[in-house]
Amino acid sequence: MSAARTIIAAALLIAADLAATVLAAAEIPPGERRSGFSFMSPDTQAMQNEDTANPGMLWVLDGETLWKTKTGAAGKACADCHNDARTTMKGVAARYPAFDQTLGRPVNLEQRINLCRASHQQATPLAYESRELLALTAFVAQQSRGLTIETGADPRLEPFVAKGRELFMQRQGQLNLSCANCHDDNWDKRLAGSAITQAHPTGYPLYRLEWQSLGSLQHRLRGCISGIRAQAYDYGAPELVELEVYLMLRARGMPIETPAVRP
Amino acid sequence: MASALINVPKTAKRGEIIEIKTLMSHIMETGYRRTAEGEIVPRDIITSFTCRFNGAEIFRADLFPAIAANPFITFFTVAAESGKFEFEWIGDKGFAETASASISVE
Repeated sequence: MSAARTIIAAALLIAADLAATVLAAAEIPPGERRSGFSFMSPDTQAMQNEDTANPGMLWVLDGETLWKTKTGAAGKACADCHNDARTTMKGVAARYPAFDQTLGRPVNLEQRINLCRASHQQATPLAYESRELLALTAFVAQQSRGLTIETGADPRLEPFVAKGRELFMQRQGQLNLSCANCHDDNWDKRLAGSAITQAHPTGYPLYRLEWQSLGSLQHRLRGCISGIRAQAYDYGAPELVELEVYLMLRARGMPIETPAVRP
Repeated sequence: MASALINVPKTAKRGEIIEIKTLMSHIMETGYRRTAEGEIVPRDIITSFTCRFNGAEIFRADLFPAIAANPFITFFTVAAESGKFEFEWIGDKGFAETASASISVE
């Protein structure tokens, strides 16, 4: 009898404790923010640091070729309008996703490239995660390497940041986990041997050894969403872009690493 | 859009041990995976890598399905004289790529 009471009391205490933990869940203070880079082994860090060992550079090289290649009915190359990407694209990735006036919502770098293809090159959009789109995105984003993330300076993004934050905090899926449960509350711990990390999207598109390929932030987000046994949003879904905006705002002031390498 | 990244020192002292690093873009499809419909994805790998220096072969490697995509091959050699390294990758489906790099030895 008393044993049963003790068990119930203990269970109640644990429940109260859990509730307190959830309430205590807080965003990471700016001073404690760490790039995924700092969680990696020295070998993987060396791979990212050296351009001739970083497989992401293969996509950057392809992107440089595509930048100069004329395409679409208009017969124009990116370089015909934007000239030398080293100057014109510098800092662009550090501001994305950015608000698009015509669409009235934020677009990420991949969507911007496809919008440009449609309106200026009169070319068909490139498929998400296709080699061409990843290559062009990586080439454009690499021009911002070392610059600090500034996404979110535009006040028109505010409602989308709020939605993204809500999604980040929202428990979902069969495992009933939110992004914040791992990446805000438990980033200093490990999950099945892997570092959990703080989820700062500093190096996208990045080369993931697990993928054996370059991949976008949306690829990573979809992987995480499937991991908590929830239904992943389609590529290009507004929800994913809102999450991207929130994550970039959360990483403001951190340097861009594109093309990063991750395990 | 195959491309290679080569890292060879531009200059070296005679007799110095130098490291050659090569990275080749390739999917390295094992031939063991199946599609959602159950059909085998045909093997598509690099099978051989060769490095020649001034025409003479100095390094060769055979590659197999267990090697990851975008193979990164590094090796050491002794810088004996100035000249040209020629790299060659050969693989399934008629894959054949070459690259070269020069070194000047003092």
